[in-house]
Order: sequence, then C-alpha cells, then structure tokens
Amino acid sequence: MKNRSLISINDHTKEELIGILDRAEKFEKKPKQHIMPQAVVATLFFEPSTRTRLSFESAANQLGARVIGFSDTSSTSVQKGESLKDTILTVCQYADIIIMRHPVEGSARFASEVATIPVVNAGDGANQHPTQCLLDLYSIRKTQGTLDNLNIALVGDLKYGRTVHSLTEAMCHFNTTFHLVSPEALKLPSAVKHHIKEKNLEYHQYTDLMECIEKVDILYMTRIQRERFTDPIGYEKVKNFYILKNSMLSNAKSNLRILHPLPRVNEIDEDVDSNPKAYYFQQALNGVYVRQAILSSILGVEPEN
Amino acid sequence: MSEKRKELSVSAIENGTVIDHIPSEKLFLVVKILGLDHFDSPTTFGFNLDSKKLGKKGIIKVSNKFFKENEVRKIALAAPNATLITIENFEVVGKKSVQLPDAFEGIVKCVNPKCITNQQNVVQKFQIIDKDDLKLHCVYCEKFTKKENFEFL
Repeated sequence: MKNRSLISINDHTKEELIGILDRAEKFEKKPKQHIMPQAVVATLFFEPSTRTRLSFESAANQLGARVIGFSDTSSTSVQKGESLKDTILTVCQYADIIIMRHPVEGSARFASEVATIPVVNAGDGANQHPTQCLLDLYSIRKTQGTLDNLNIALVGDLKYGRTVHSLTEAMCHFNTTFHLVSPEALKLPSAVKHHIKEKNLEYHQYTDLMECIEKVDILYMTRIQRERFTDPIGYEKVKNFYILKNSMLSNAKSNLRILHPLPRVNEIDEDVDSNPKAYYFQQALNGVYVRQAILSSILGVEPEN
Repeated sequence: MSEKRKELSVSAIENGTVIDHIPSEKLFLVVKILGLDHFDSPTTFGFNLDSKKLGKKGIIKVSNKFFKENEVRKIALAAPNATLITIENFEVVGKKSVQLPDAFEGIVKCVNPKCITNQQNVVQKFQIIDKDDLKLHCVYCEKFTKKENFEFL
C-alpha cells in the first residue's frame, strides 16, 4: 500500500488486506521496532476517540516516529470556520501521513483528494472505519485460525455502525455466512447489503439474538450509538435492545469468540468478561500491531523479521 | 394517430435540437434542469402526445440550441430513454439516444444529508451502479441515491 491512502475497505483487494495482517503478525512478535525515526505522523481527530487515536499514537511511537495533531477542534482554526480542505492542505506541509477522524461522511475521501500526502481514515461519520476493520480481521483470523467459511453474527446498530459496514464488506472476500441481528429501525443499509448479494453469500436477518447464538463462530457486538440519532425518542426505544449475558452463552460453539469495537455501554454484561470466549480487550491490543503494519506499509518501511 | 399528424402537433424548427421520447411526467423537469424556462430562443413543448414506446410522451423543440455533454447527461438522468435529434435547415442531420455515463460529477444531490457534499463546498461524484434502475453510488459517503430521490442541482 506504499504511498496510498486508506479510505474505504472496498478500495483494497483481498491480497492487500491479508498482506497487512501478515505484516501485523511481525509487529506482534516484536512491537518495538524503531524503523521510521524520520517520520512525522499527524493525528487529526475532529471527533472524540480513545482507542483509535491512542493506538495509532502508540503504534507510531513504537516505530520511532513523531506524532503531531489534535484530539479536539476547540483549540484549532476549525473553530474559526476553516474548511476541511484548508486544514488538510496546511497539515500536509508539516507531516508525512495524516490519520483523520471526522464526523462528516465522505470527509476522508475528500481529504485524500486534496492532500499531497497519504490519508488514513480513522472513521468518517457512520460511513467507514477501515483500520478497525483490519484489526477485526486480524482478531478473527487469530482466534479462528482462518478467515474462510465462517459464520459471523453482527449484533446491534447495523445501520449507523461504521465498523459493521467495513467488516461486512471485507468478510465478503471470505465466503462468510452473515447473521444480521438488529432492531427493525437499525438494519444493515442496502448499500452494504449490496456487497453480500453481489457475491451471492448466505445471510439471515433476526431481531432475536438467541436465534443464532449457537450457530456462529464470531459474535460481533456493537454499541447503539446515541450520537448518531437526531431523535432522542428513537434512541430510547432501542438502547437496551441487546444485552449479552454469560448465561446466554452456555450452548454456544466452543470456538466462539466475542468481539466488540469498544467502547461498550451495557450491551455486554460485565459477567461475560471472565468467560474465555470474551476477546474484546485483546482485540483492542491487536489494534496497535495492525496500525503499525498500516503506517509502515504506507510509508514504505519493512518490519524486521 | 399517424406519425405525420403527431409531427404537426408541435411545429418544426429550422435549426436546433428536438428532445423526443421524454416521459410526459418528466417533461417539465427536463425543461427546468436545462434552464429552458429562461432560454431566449423560440422553444416549443408537446405534452401527453401518443407514443408507441411510452404510451404518453413529451417532446421539446429548441431553436438554435445544441446541447453540450453535461446537458445531455442531465437529460439522460431525468429521461434515460430520450432521443436527441439535431436539425439543420429543417433537415434531420443527427439522431441518437441519450447515454448514461458510468460516472459523473454534479447534476444531482447526494441523498445523504451527512455527506460531505451537502456539508462543505465539495462537488458531488457518483458512479452509476444500476443503469436500468438508475441507482447512484456516492464516491464520498458510499450511500446509494435512487431515482425517486433525485434532486437536480
């Protein structure tokens, strides 16, 4: 992916995605590799984040790179009404790569068009979150030993959940059977379902999580995101729709693992945390290795073996 | 109704373009998106004319006007089965169906209010996913805009 932006998972081939996962394995074996001491990484977070920003900054630091940026627009010229284009063109003068999260959908693609350096999309509104997707793929492959022919349940907010959109599109490369569990109002958008239909893959839709919990290898839980609702009543209606409890997992497959992009609110009860099937905290750690792989791949630096 | 009588129902032009086979209900939309309601050359419209292809059709004859590529795209998006006939000296010198491009910029709004093209000064970019059903894929926010939601700029 040398010198290329990472905007949407759809821009990349199956081989490119697997190449990043293979590269991430090398960083898992040896995370501290000062292989890019000259690089300046700009992290522009127009929207709050804990894991994505910190894991990118940790990844950059472990590669020996320097990090500049902001995590809150209140101290920047965005507050004065500066356009995204002008902010991006300015930052291009100061850094080698831009990591950007922005609430507006399509902002990452636009930034990559105006930028003179590669842009990595760290989430653009409800649209895409490709680096989360790559760490989800890494976690799935690591826990299941393969990405092929799996049964995956995607649970919760399938409409606005950008991680769900990216992951669904990526898993379409691997002959996945999809189990889509959501309230009626939060079903997977047709533009995402289009990818499943295009590949003629099997998918099932449910409102009751218990209907598919025994069939699946991966249970991908998501938070119902209050910030995506314009109507507070709409949020109140669905906020407690799915709460996974340990007792619900008694008949699950032994290889089942529970993933969650985090943060969680209450959709996974804390009594699940000690179950060996819970994988969400290790999943967050994998984010550092995957982001080291992404940064080094785009900046054209090879990891040590 | 015979072909001849139908031709007579909208008068002939000396030089210009005839847009034929517009679905009747799209006639005024085509007029509007091409800005023909503010055009200064003689222009005639036919509405609810009998058509073998469409049942009822609309037709527009515009004197001294030859449409540019972007205007033809607009016509294709509003009336994908329209035919463009070029007239010189009362003679038909060219006749072609409008063609939908694989991708285009501008012309319609993205249906997603949270799309960057609806929030900042960014020109819309679409790929046409389904030419029969006219489904557009926004290059930026990746949402589909369907023909029933088209809002022409």
